[in-house]
Formats: sequence, C-alpha cells, structure tokens
Amino acid sequence: MFLLLPFDNLIVSLLGISLTVLFTLLLVFIIVPAIFGVSFGIRKLYMKTLLKIFAWATLRMERGAKENHHQLYKPYTNGIIAKDPTSLEEEIKEIRRSGSSKALDNTPEFELSDIFYFCRKGMETIMDDEVTKRFSAEELESWNLLSRTNYNFHYISLRLTVLWGLGVLIRYCFLLPLRIALAFTGISLLVVGTTMVGYLPNGRFKEFLSKHVHLMCYRICVRALTAIITYHDRKNRPRDGGICVANHTSPIDVIILASDGYYAMVGQVHGGLMGVIQRAMVKACPHVWFERSEVKDRHLVARRLTEHVQDKSKLPILIFPEGTCINNTSVMMFKKGSFEIGATVYPVAIKYDPQFGDAFYNSSKYGMMTYLLRMMTSWAIVCSVWYLPPMTRQAEEDAVQFANRVKSAIARQGGLVDLLWDGGLKREKVKDTFKEEQQKLYSKMIVGNHEDRSRS
Amino acid sequence: MGSRSSHAARIPDVDSLRRETGFSQASLRRLYDRFQALDRTGKGYLSRLDLQQIRALAVNPLGDRIIDSFFPDGSLRLDFPGFVRVLAHFRPVDEEDEGNRDPKEPEPLNSRMNKLRFAFQLYDLDRDGKISRHEMLQALRLMVGVQVTEEQLESIADRTVQEADEDGDGAVSFLEFAKSLEKMNIEQKMSIRILK
Repeated sequence: MFLLLPFDNLIVSLLGISLTVLFTLLLVFIIVPAIFGVSFGIRKLYMKTLLKIFAWATLRMERGAKENHHQLYKPYTNGIIAKDPTSLEEEIKEIRRSGSSKALDNTPEFELSDIFYFCRKGMETIMDDEVTKRFSAEELESWNLLSRTNYNFHYISLRLTVLWGLGVLIRYCFLLPLRIALAFTGISLLVVGTTMVGYLPNGRFKEFLSKHVHLMCYRICVRALTAIITYHDRKNRPRDGGICVANHTSPIDVIILASDGYYAMVGQVHGGLMGVIQRAMVKACPHVWFERSEVKDRHLVARRLTEHVQDKSKLPILIFPEGTCINNTSVMMFKKGSFEIGATVYPVAIKYDPQFGDAFYNSSKYGMMTYLLRMMTSWAIVCSVWYLPPMTRQAEEDAVQFANRVKSAIARQGGLVDLLWDGGLKREKVKDTFKEEQQKLYSKMIVGNHEDRSRS
Repeated sequence: MGSRSSHAARIPDVDSLRRETGFSQASLRRLYDRFQALDRTGKGYLSRLDLQQIRALAVNPLGDRIIDSFFPDGSLRLDFPGFVRVLAHFRPVDEEDEGNRDPKEPEPLNSRMNKLRFAFQLYDLDRDGKISRHEMLQALRLMVGVQVTEEQLESIADRTVQEADEDGDGAVSFLEFAKSLEKMNIEQKMSIRILK
C-alpha cells in the first residue's frame, strides 16, 4: 500500500491540474464573454464543421444503400399522398359530370355520387392531415448523425458507424458535462444575483443591475445549450410598454429572446426548481406570475396585463399567444387575449434549423427533464430570430383579426405555414362552426338549383 | 413520430398484408408511420377518439360515418391490419392487375365493386343491403346540416330514390346503386395515390 502512495499523489495532482485548466478555459472562453455579450465565433466554426460532416455522412449512406440495394426511406415533409387542390363545388361537379349520362343544361340538385366527394376527402385526412404532423418533430431530409432522427440506421458501412459512435462519445462525454456545468452556473447566478439585487432600494441603479444580471445569466444559459442564434433587424426590438409576441416551439424560446433583451415574463407559477427561479426573478424585476387558479380567469389575466402595459416605464411583456408548443413548421391560431389589451405589439419570428438538434418540445411524449437531456446531447440549437416592425390594432379590426394579421406576418417572415387551427385542440375536439361552413357550401349547390327548378 | 425508426420488419405480418391489400412495402411503411402518429399515446391500436381528433375529419359532414367504417360490428380497437384493409379500398386500380388476375382468387379490395360497396355502406346504416328513403334522408341531413328545410330535403330524397329504384320496392339496393353509377369513373374518384 505504501508503494502506491507516490502514484496516488501524482494522479490526484494531475486530476487537480486538469480540472483547474478546464475550469479556467470554461471561464475565459465561455463565461466571461457571456457576461460582456461578446462572441469569439467558436460556435459558428463548430457549426460549419458539422455541416461538412453531415453532408459526407448522408452521401455515404445513400451510396451504401445503393450498393446493398436497400430502399432508403425518405420521410416526406409535405405529406404522403397526392392531392389536387380543387374546391368542393368544382369537385362535386366533376364527379357528377363523369357519372351522368343526361345532358346537363342545369346542374341536378343531388346525385348519389355526391357522397364520393366527402368520402374521399375524409379518407385523405385519415392518411395525411395538416395538423397532426405539426405535433411531432419535423423530419429531416438528410441525416445528422443522431440515431434519433434516422430511419435507415442499420449497418451500412464501418466508417459511418465509427463516426456515429464518435459522435455519441463527444456528445455524451464531453459536451454534456460541459453544458450541465454551464447550466448550473447560469441558473445559480440568476437566483443568487436577482435575490441580491432585490435587496437594493428601488431606483435606476437597481434596474440597471437587474437588467445586467438577467442578461448575463441568460447568455450563459444560451451557451449551455450551444445555441447559435442569428438576430435580424434588431432595430425593431420591443420597447417599454409594449407586448412582444412570438411563435412557440419550446421553453427555450424564452431563453433565446431574453438573452437579447430585457423582458417582463408572463406565466404560471410552477413548483420545484422553476418555482425557485421564478420567485427569485420577481424580486429584482416586476414579472407577472399567475397562480394556477388565476390562469382560468381570463378577465383577471387581462386586467393584470393591462395594468402592466399602461405603466409606460414597465418592461415589454413576452407572450406566446399560441398557448402550446408547435413543431416550428407552422404557426397556429393566436389566442386573442393579448391583442385585446391595446398596447403596441412587437411580433418576433423564431425559426429553428432542425439539422443540428430539434428544439420542439413534445409535451405529450417527453417530460421536461428528458427534453432538456435531449437538448443538451444534440449537436447545437441553431435558430434565427427576426424582429418585425411594431403593429397596432386598427380602428376597423377586432382582436381576432388583429391577431390573425400579426400571425400572418410572423409566418411569412419565418417561412412557416399559416394555419387557422387552434393548437390547443390537440387535446380537445373541434368546434362545429368549421363543419357548418362545409355544409353551407354543399347546401348552396343542391338547394340553389332546387329553387331554380321549382321556378321553371 | 420523427424519432422512431420503423423498419418494415417491425410491421406485423407485413407479407400477408401486402398480399391482401396490394399495397407496396413502401406504402405500408408510410401508412404504418401514419398509424403510429395517430396513436398518440402509443397504445398499439387506434380508438374512435384518436380518429375524431383529426380536425380536418371532424369538419367533414360524414366524418362520423367514415370513422364508423373502420370499426365494424361495434369493435372498439382498430389495429394496423384493420386500418390498412379499409384504406386498401382507396388504392388506385392498376391496369395490369385487371388482366392478370386469377379468377379463383378473391376480388382485390380496391376493385370497382368493392369501392362501390364501401360508398354504399356509408348510406346503408342498418346494413340490410338497401338504402331506404329514411336512410337517404339521414345521409342528406348530415351533408347539409341546418341549411335546408325538411320539406326540401324530403322531396330531394324522394326523387333520388325514385330515379334509382327499379324494382319499385321504395329502396335502393346495391345492384340498383351500382347501376345508376355505372358510367361513373369510380376508379379515379375513389382513389388516393400514395407517393413513392
């Protein structure tokens, strides 16, 4: 045992030195730039290298599949069936024309074949519909060396498998601990920093400190996720007394936006770690947190938000009007609550690049911890943020029309599909008003002609 | 759905399904992915509720009847073979099939007659093989909602039954139904093409 002592000492001191070196590197290259909002460009370089590797991997996979005569399974992002976009009226007329032997100088009022239209349309939606696919992660056209996104992952070539294995090693053994350390640093700094700032008397100094503590900690969290964000049109950034609305893909959206601006958050009070963070944050800065019971009361929510925005010195509020996380290929219906308040709305479009790591939070499939683990073991989170010019409600439009106008602007900028459906309905049933529209269209066809007939 | 790799090997009884439905391996794969996407809670089968949550189907006036056609005889669970068997009715007709078909083999699910039968049972709720005037009225009522008065609807139903009914029993049997639609290009109008 005594013989091992000198070696033990050596090992311990080596370990100590390497940890110190690692920590210093961490501090110098990541935390200090985060505090000052400076970037060394390391992440961009990382991104470029990864792209080259992905391109190689995809080619290799395609070549390997061809050699082995495997059919490569390519997921289709635009749906799996061939559809022609004709209206109800045209389609039914087509069906009648092809079936009828009578001379059609006036359209018959009803044919047995009309049912074929509804039947086929119904079957088409069962095979493929616009909404269901928005609640599962977007499918990639090329492989990014994560087995979670690959459909053809059987043994294709040794080199590819080795590369994948290397990727796993790097992601789980190097990047993951690094990221967890950073996240830990960021969150504890946030809690400690905001609590300390909370003790100061209200005034300009407190606000200044609070702003910088928030920004610094969010920047550290951004680096904890290796999020590579490109901000566009920063001149349109939300100002005091306004409301910032954005499309919602994941809880990370908050970190991404808050690392570039100082916002007042709105949300439900959570328990656990989130609750601790929320309570600490509100000491330094007037965020708007609601108890679970209060969230149901729309008037209470609206009143508190209105009080906040009317005080022009208050920070811009950050709200996600979709109410739920969508997979970032479309924007769903905006709830009109935030648009009734009457403040200036600053729309923001967030578009993630799923190539490096899919940020979509599928709450019915994963819990928060699993989700964060997946985020931290992806290559990176790459996204673009566009700040759109501010919008206000016009005199002739109501809250719903205003919400739709903002939604279209965000969808257009982000290259997302603008859907009318309500995202919240992923857990509920559809309203009957949509069905009535279909019935009205059809009734016009058969009754309109019935009246003509009875007149002639 | 995006994170699960579904190999053809994972689809149960894929070969017998191919023979029965005529779908290619690739199409079955896509339909299997779709089946799993609809099965949000991962039960391994679909319930009525899973299909009812497809918004575009819920706004279809005949949505409920279409869902019913997947759950014959009051069953509550729809497994993947049952799912594809119904969808097989809408497979486009291959011209080569018609010529080479062995007359001893059962008719393929997507034949003209079977497509017509499928549409027929959307009207014929009690499955007695006839569309009565009452059933015609019910179907019409679904398609028009509250937009049309009862009298107008009754006269439309009467006229339709009268035109199609040949043996004068006041109802439309399957053969009469098929005859009145003999000129129609069913193969095209009741077909959905799955992309390769």
